[in-house]
Amino acid sequence: MKELVLLFFGSAIVNNFVLARFLGICPFLGVSKEVNTALGMGMATTFVLTMSGAAAWLVQHFILDAFNLPFLQYVAFILIIASLVQLVEMFLQKTSPALYKALGIFLPLITTNCAILGLALLVVLKGYNLLETIVFSLGAGAGFTLAMLMMAGIRSQLQFADVPKPLQGSGIALLIAGLMSMAFMGFSGLIAM
Amino acid sequence: MMKLWTDFLRGLWKENPTFRLLIGMCPTLAVTTSAANGLAMGLATSFVLICSSTIVSLVKSVIPKKVRIPSYTIIIATFVTIADLVLAANMPEMHKVLGLFIPLIVVNCLILGRAEAYANKAPVHYAIADAVGMGLGFTWALTLLGGVREVLGMGSLFGHALFGANFTPWVIAILPPGAFITLGIMVGGMNQLTAYLDQRKKTSTRRTVSGSSVAQ
Repeated sequence: MKELVLLFFGSAIVNNFVLARFLGICPFLGVSKEVNTALGMGMATTFVLTMSGAAAWLVQHFILDAFNLPFLQYVAFILIIASLVQLVEMFLQKTSPALYKALGIFLPLITTNCAILGLALLVVLKGYNLLETIVFSLGAGAGFTLAMLMMAGIRSQLQFADVPKPLQGSGIALLIAGLMSMAFMGFSGLIAM
Repeated sequence: MMKLWTDFLRGLWKENPTFRLLIGMCPTLAVTTSAANGLAMGLATSFVLICSSTIVSLVKSVIPKKVRIPSYTIIIATFVTIADLVLAANMPEMHKVLGLFIPLIVVNCLILGRAEAYANKAPVHYAIADAVGMGLGFTWALTLLGGVREVLGMGSLFGHALFGANFTPWVIAILPPGAFITLGIMVGGMNQLTAYLDQRKKTSTRRTVSGSSVAQ
């Protein structure tokens, strides 16, 4: 139990997916202008991360390893993710229209989020079991959401700041991300991964 | 011929993927700890981009519109697998350094973006010109970013030491925060440079226009 808690915080905070591993930078810079949209994106991503992490684990162990097809890994994983996103979209549309409305526009974007494919490859690389994979994915999602929310919070305050003209927009966002990453470096080494 | 040239040049400066469009950010930030790494990542991405743009442009009329995105993704994933296996066989050290970010070329928005925005509408030679330009634009940006971080963080360039033994490396530049900050400053610098060039172009044309009107 203790190991699982450490694994969760390790992937959420110590090795934060966005700020330490550089996964999922595109939505982090692109969809972080408002706190509400950032929260929606973070939740949708966490959802898909966990599902695709588990699915990738199952496919790796019961299909790719069993039939000795390691070279199909990338093609198989990206197909799983793309079809899973589609499935989640259709499922939500039928069962929970409110949630679908909230997450709807973000779902198609998630397929090209490198955090999803990155996580699927990482759990295979690290040799986690299924339970560890799910906990690791939840932690990764929580860390992604945390980084998105912090960025959105800072950016909404930034509208009142006097930013030099060439740095407006993406330039200042990158500098803020650098400072946040520096702050997160303070956690490094807390949990050996 | 003219259009071929503008298609090629577009990616190098005006719509540079890294400094202008800010796409494909994950590999840009993650692997540019040295100029050589940036160059290798840029070339690997260019290879996948050029091959997949060519194929997408060739088969564009065969693929039904509804399943185009999954089809493009599979084309891209196939070429990434090829690049991965070739790198692992010929440059095992570089393969180890780039690690997870080679398979992640599959989800580099630059490649899918060019397939969706350009290659599926244009004839194949224009698509190739566009892909080569975008690939080179991505490569020079990554090499420059990697070079700056390597000089600051390790005091060397392409592995050759530049300064004497007294140089204290600015290690933060090759750690994650350094990636964000260096790129942020470079994007700001590029914006400033473009604004300056535009300004100069404008004043010089105004001068010629007023000069010619005086002559008349």
